[in-house]
Amino acid sequence: MCGIAGVFGPGHGPPSGILLRRMLSLLRHRGPDEYGIFLDSSIGLAHARLSIIDLSTGQQPMCNEDGSLWIVFNGEIFNYLELREVLVSRGHRFRTSSDTEVILHLYEEKRGGALDDLNGQFAFAIWDGNRKELFLARDRMGIRPLFYARAGNDWVFGSEVKAIFAHPGIERKIDAVALDDIFTFWFPLSPRTAFEGISEVPPAHSLTIDEHGARLARYWDLPEDTDPRGRHGESYYAEGLRELMVDSTRLQLRADVPVGAYLSGGLDSSVIASLIRNFTPNPLRTFSIRFEDPEFDESDKQKIMSDYLGTDHSDFTCGYGDIAEAFPKVIWHTETPILRTAPVPLFLLSRLVRDNSYKVVLTGEGSDEILAGYDLFKEAKVRRFMEISPESRMRPLLLYRLYPYLQNSPMRSTAYAKAFFGAPISPFPGEFHSHAPRWNMTSMIKAFYSRDLREEVGSSSPSERVARLFRSGERSKRLDPLTWSQEIEIKTLLPSYLLSSQGDRMLMGNSVEGRFPFLDHRVVEFAMRIPPGIRMKGLTEKNVLRKSMEGFLPREINRMVKQPYRAPDAKSFFGIACGEWAQEMLSPGCISRKGYFNPIHTERLVKKCRGNPATGFKDNMAFIGILSTQILDQLFLRDFHPGEEIPADRIRFARPWKPV
Amino acid sequence: MDVASQIRNFIVEDFLYGDTTVPLGEDESLLQKGLIDSTGILEVVQFLEGRFGIAVEDEELVPENLDSISAIARYVMRKQGVKI
Repeated sequence: MCGIAGVFGPGHGPPSGILLRRMLSLLRHRGPDEYGIFLDSSIGLAHARLSIIDLSTGQQPMCNEDGSLWIVFNGEIFNYLELREVLVSRGHRFRTSSDTEVILHLYEEKRGGALDDLNGQFAFAIWDGNRKELFLARDRMGIRPLFYARAGNDWVFGSEVKAIFAHPGIERKIDAVALDDIFTFWFPLSPRTAFEGISEVPPAHSLTIDEHGARLARYWDLPEDTDPRGRHGESYYAEGLRELMVDSTRLQLRADVPVGAYLSGGLDSSVIASLIRNFTPNPLRTFSIRFEDPEFDESDKQKIMSDYLGTDHSDFTCGYGDIAEAFPKVIWHTETPILRTAPVPLFLLSRLVRDNSYKVVLTGEGSDEILAGYDLFKEAKVRRFMEISPESRMRPLLLYRLYPYLQNSPMRSTAYAKAFFGAPISPFPGEFHSHAPRWNMTSMIKAFYSRDLREEVGSSSPSERVARLFRSGERSKRLDPLTWSQEIEIKTLLPSYLLSSQGDRMLMGNSVEGRFPFLDHRVVEFAMRIPPGIRMKGLTEKNVLRKSMEGFLPREINRMVKQPYRAPDAKSFFGIACGEWAQEMLSPGCISRKGYFNPIHTERLVKKCRGNPATGFKDNMAFIGILSTQILDQLFLRDFHPGEEIPADRIRFARPWKPV
Repeated sequence: MDVASQIRNFIVEDFLYGDTTVPLGEDESLLQKGLIDSTGILEVVQFLEGRFGIAVEDEELVPENLDSISAIARYVMRKQGVKI
């Protein structure tokens, strides 16, 4: 796992080495082990390395035999040994034992077509010196990040936005429409980022840049051919899923350093831990986060699992003060406003991993999306069922089963449940039926916009923006409702929030690499082909996964109803001696100066949150959204600086291989 | 101050953060208007119980009682009437 960056200025001489060094300095948390730079006419590539595979010879930037192709690569190709064997049999000669070199040789043969063969989590850039062409690509699910921007004649790219900001031609400004996306969906809709003029390469896409411009191309998509009902039974899918999960876990344990696993207390991470214990020789080292506040703590279940599997286990107890203290650092890494503090404990957890000298962890991320684990999917199913017969008094009772864990819920009132979920008046087109309640509820916090922000967003509407992203929901017409609502989640919340703000950025902030066996594309494709009635049986989420793990998990874990992962929000910032800077960021003066929000409304919100421990979702989201926007502005617009430079003698300037 | 005005003040303070420029009709649905989320109702109940000294029963937690300023006012007066 690493950080990559580069500059391509068609028709120019080599970009400045000092600029590339600055970009590396900003990415050093992603790869503190080694640094490399390649400079040639019109191109500069930079690489910060966290050494995991081929520790001795895997340095980057790396070139092919004749020096015509150069690569910088962040991530892992899990099937690199198999691919290498095939390439060797076709006459390719390898100089290293790295997965990086496998991509190079594959690209020599197939160019963009190489992506179809890769099983992995990756973002890379290949410079083709003969064609004068830069090729950028990102993995199918969006696990590894890649951003780019235009600065005059230059194309600039990097694993994180902060590296791009090192370029003097890039203006640093928060994008008003992105803020409006976040205050609707929780994240900017891809390819938009929180910053104006900075785009991401979307998941499953490549971007080819030459002197004429840039071409974006999708190379993979979710399957549309769900198996018809009755082709196979439940046990076929349960066994198939387990076989694939065993294989993806086995592949993802490939590393030349020890690999650990997260144990949240939920079903998904328990599955991963159990697969490691039962199907691989890997020693099992596990890590957990606990909460001081029992409302959020799941340590009882973590203990059941670590005892059951006999793991070597460490945990960290997160208090309110910890969240407030780490919050600004977390925003430096998320590079976007967030509406919940949930990323913070994950940042503290990866620190625990690092402190224990581990660099790689496996997690259960992705299972809820591909196997229909979220309440949202159940809720949408119940709402569809209610809408068939709106007058039924019995149908809304199903809603009781959905939200048993919420302490402050009016769901005990059927009438209210019905009013909430019945048929909301929504600006979102019908194909977004499943997500409309979440987006409607989040949109309420726009009440805090300043007049300026409102004007800057102007007539741009979130419903049009999301419809455009999904091309008016054309795929929804070919998919059943459950598969379609999962697809929305897999293409939005998963890459744009969970794998980034709660994933890559929180892990790499402490130089730890996350790996996600559920997001092996073979597992994803298999899961999305399971008939919807088997994928979610009645209202039992992740039905097939539970079946597939019978006998490999303690019963109480395998039968447990999904608990959403949550952390204390606004409450974190009102303790003794914590959050003084937060008070400053939220002061009417500071709010007015930055200009995004209404200072009077914000002051009342802060007062309300301080006084009322039972603050609701809306107030919590508004509080964290405003605070994180203020901090983002402060860190990236006002106080931005590249930090300490990497000493020149630690940077290796890459040269072509000597002819063999 | 009459009951309806006290309720309006609370809604404006608590859910509109003091913004009196947002038009809010007596009969307008607080849910449809997007003012109250699923935990917001709890805040309304807390307020009613604290301010008017009434006890809100579970089965009274229905939109007919709580979903507009006028509905809440009618409900409170009915409850107070019962008590007297």
